[in-house]
Amino acid sequence: MKKIIPLLALLASPSLWAETPAQFIASYSAEAAKAQPGFTADAARGKAFASRNQGVSSALPSCTSCHTDNPRNPGRHAVTGKTIAPLSPVANAERFSDPAKVEKWFKRNCKEVVGRACTPAEKADFIAFANGGR
Amino acid sequence: MKRILVLLSLLVSLPALAEGHRAQVAYPADYKAECGSCHVPFPPSLLNKADWGRTMQGLDKHFGTDASLDAKTASSIGAWLKQHAGSRADVGSTPPRITTGAWFKREHREVPAASWKDPRIKSPANCAACHRGAEQGRFGEREIAIPGLGRNFDDD
Repeated sequence: MKKIIPLLALLASPSLWAETPAQFIASYSAEAAKAQPGFTADAARGKAFASRNQGVSSALPSCTSCHTDNPRNPGRHAVTGKTIAPLSPVANAERFSDPAKVEKWFKRNCKEVVGRACTPAEKADFIAFANGGR
Repeated sequence: MKRILVLLSLLVSLPALAEGHRAQVAYPADYKAECGSCHVPFPPSLLNKADWGRTMQGLDKHFGTDASLDAKTASSIGAWLKQHAGSRADVGSTPPRITTGAWFKREHREVPAASWKDPRIKSPANCAACHRGAEQGRFGEREIAIPGLGRNFDDD
């Protein structure tokens, strides 16, 4: 039984097996549906969230401050000026392929820009937005 | 003969000295990933051991952002930075800011004030705006191209 518990915990971890944007959206959506039954990710809601001035950081008020409002465009760090590779997997195949990396940047950037951890629903919407684009 | 060899070796190393920092070292993958996402991965020779120690100790308050690392990554990056650290004096700020140190100012004294305000440059920490090889740790004069001034910039 002791062995089974860590295995179950691994399975329950929301993004552990995700390797594609669709899998990330599916696993965050499943997590979100626990609190909001019937939740489905929405790119337009994701875009609104990404563009919103969160009112936490004056230097980095929104996700789009660095990532721009078009996920297929390269972004630019609003403080250092460094170029940031596009969010969209269409323009940058590395995006949303590594769960550790995805969780790391959500953790860090949500804390900095949103002032708290993002919810699974916000993450699902954000990836739906990033996965689309013009 | 020995003296001549020493002299010759000095002459050969002069261009490297003129670059103002040690020869390029290859950046480990974790250094590039963790310290090269928000800004270019800075050459470890730009700060001394003590300044790198202060930088790593203060990652939770890193120039207005929380850049904390897990203990294992912090330890391996910290050890690598100290191994390749430079020997100049402390830059004299906390956290140590490379771009306000005496060496940085001296090296960039000929950069026109207008260039620092150019939105394409934005910040003195944006090395890659002018140093085309900065991402890979190359800062040679032949790879400098200042936006608006190009390669005609006279750097003696």
